[in-house]
Amino acid sequence: MSLTAEFKDPSLVRAIIKNMSDIQTKPLTFMEFCGTHTQSIFKHGIRKLLPKTIKMLSGPGCPVCVTDQKEIDYSIALSQLPGVIITTFGDFLKVPGSDGSNLQKARAWGADIRIVYSPLDAIQIALQNKQKKVIFLGIGFETTAPIVAASILRAVKDRVSNYYVFSMHKLTPPATKAILNLGEIKLDGILGPGHVSTIIGSLAWEFLPSIYNLPFAISGFEAVDIIKGLESLVKQNVEKKPQVINTYSRSVRPEGNTRAIATMNEVFYEDLACWRGLGSIPDSGLSIKSSYKKFNAKDQFDIRIPEPELFNPYDCQCHEVIRGLIEPPECRYFKNKCTPDNPLGACMVSSEGACSAYYLYSYE
Amino acid sequence: MLVWFLPRVLALPITFTLMNNQDKVLLSHGSGGRLSHSLIKDVFLKYFTEPQLLNNEDASTIPDLPAGKLCFSTDSYVVKPIFFPGGNIGKLAVCGTVNDLSMRGALPLYLSAGFIIEEGFLIKDLEMIAQTMFQYSQKSSVKIITGDTKVVERGAADKIFINTSGVGIIPEGRSVSTTNAKIGDYILINGTIGDHGIAILSQREGMNFSSTIQSDCAPLNMIVESLFNICSSIHVLKDPTRGGLGTSLNEVALASKIGIEINEDSIPISRTVATACEMLGLDPLYLANEGKFITFVPPEEADKILIEMKKNQLGIEASIIGIVTDSHPGLVLMKTIYGAKRVINMPSGELLPRIC
Repeated sequence: MSLTAEFKDPSLVRAIIKNMSDIQTKPLTFMEFCGTHTQSIFKHGIRKLLPKTIKMLSGPGCPVCVTDQKEIDYSIALSQLPGVIITTFGDFLKVPGSDGSNLQKARAWGADIRIVYSPLDAIQIALQNKQKKVIFLGIGFETTAPIVAASILRAVKDRVSNYYVFSMHKLTPPATKAILNLGEIKLDGILGPGHVSTIIGSLAWEFLPSIYNLPFAISGFEAVDIIKGLESLVKQNVEKKPQVINTYSRSVRPEGNTRAIATMNEVFYEDLACWRGLGSIPDSGLSIKSSYKKFNAKDQFDIRIPEPELFNPYDCQCHEVIRGLIEPPECRYFKNKCTPDNPLGACMVSSEGACSAYYLYSYE
Repeated sequence: MLVWFLPRVLALPITFTLMNNQDKVLLSHGSGGRLSHSLIKDVFLKYFTEPQLLNNEDASTIPDLPAGKLCFSTDSYVVKPIFFPGGNIGKLAVCGTVNDLSMRGALPLYLSAGFIIEEGFLIKDLEMIAQTMFQYSQKSSVKIITGDTKVVERGAADKIFINTSGVGIIPEGRSVSTTNAKIGDYILINGTIGDHGIAILSQREGMNFSSTIQSDCAPLNMIVESLFNICSSIHVLKDPTRGGLGTSLNEVALASKIGIEINEDSIPISRTVATACEMLGLDPLYLANEGKFITFVPPEEADKILIEMKKNQLGIEASIIGIVTDSHPGLVLMKTIYGAKRVINMPSGELLPRIC
């Protein structure tokens, strides 16, 4: 029996949807913050199963999608340095730089770029290639930041002196606040990210009901999980009692994973970060503390890159997709100039990006 | 020789038993001189025993071909690692080309084998590959009747690359093509998807997971012939290798200008592959297979074909996975286990390079 079988049960999904259709009253708009939710929702066809009155928007929860253009340009520039091995998650390879280049093309031109599943693999590569400088491109939210922090602590412990991290990590609660503060979209609830919440805990989201009066339901990633989360949002709307409901209690605790948080806090500090689509948000990124600065690629490699043009040269509408202002098919380049083979914007690159999910799974 | 199939921990302490067997391929093995001849004689001709090969001619003749249309195919094999759970590059090189011929309804008859070998390659490994190729050519009743060996300097190739070309005969009356799917056809597959992809992936550097999954690499010509014996109206045969089932279905939908609808819950998949995919974020629909084929047949023939498939060792888990429709030409839709329909697209980019 698969560990997740009970969370995939089609009859349970149908039963909860039936229940939702019965109790629902007015049209409701919910946003899933997390890219893994976006992918799962499209892959299972969940949007099509929901009652007509529920509208889903995809939020900014795809790490590749929200990475700032300048950081992408910087990553590509790092790959051009002599004696360097770039290690990265696979998704990042095809994200276009300002000049239309990307890491995949850089690799074809001779850069040593390797896909890893964990930064700890990058440490191994550093140990095996002591004459090279091994740089890990650290993208992701609170979910990946602890393991990247752990890789730096491992490097200290094992005296690895040729390992560096380019930290582009971002924090989700500040971005959620930023979207709400923009006031561009009217939401009736947010489907809370299960993985991020596993790390930061459900208490970290209390500001949503208390300050923004917004229902919040943390959910896992199987179909039953997602539907249960949405059901909770519907109920909270009917009862007019917004709160943080944890429907993913098999993974998420109120206080989160304290050890992961401690590891993260040991290596990183909260810093101003620039998000694609959302701009600069105070305390929304993670930078490497000065005590670990010999591992900080930003400190150790002195490269200057030209200031990229605002958004991107093709005026792709990723920034509007990320803010939930438009659905991917409303972008002027969707499916014509912008495809997964030739992505103009980051949202089409990552498998967790809204545009990619639309392109791959949706057919109207 | 069994050493290769032992887990790495076991293989290390007994390396001393290989000392006599550590001969390596040298550049001069590819020079055409005496060493070339000895490599061919001592390694290849030990296993490749067709009379056409023994006279050292530049080309082989094929005496009498059965009646029908000549079918010709070629494929190059660059899989990494060259030895993987359930096979090696040699098995892949024979089965791959045999299967390509079978997918046009041909009876595969003769193969060529071209080797590009990196200097320093272990001769015992080469021998094991040659032996496997012989074994699977026997199993699939094809003959390897011409070959070539080149040795390139270290770094100019990664260990060994093999090219095989094959000829076969398509008997009269068969018309199998990806352009030939008909509205109403049922689509069948002979077993679980993604086994080869996960078997290879589990062996890759940096992939710290072990699995019991074996590559499904196998010659399909016998099981395919068994279907022709009971059904003369097979419309399409296709082996979902690189790019997996999702890609193959799209290729048929585009080539035949028809729509395809498949059911998620009818697609056979092993629990190990499903779990590995979940863990790694991969879609099994796009994982490579090397011993699977899909076939499109008229609806009234589907049950008969299914029963016949299941009789074969390579078809025990066969399943009817979908139908051909006229409602959305060129598009493959899948009804998910929750009842919603979604698109199955062509994959983009490198899912896993050097899978075959």
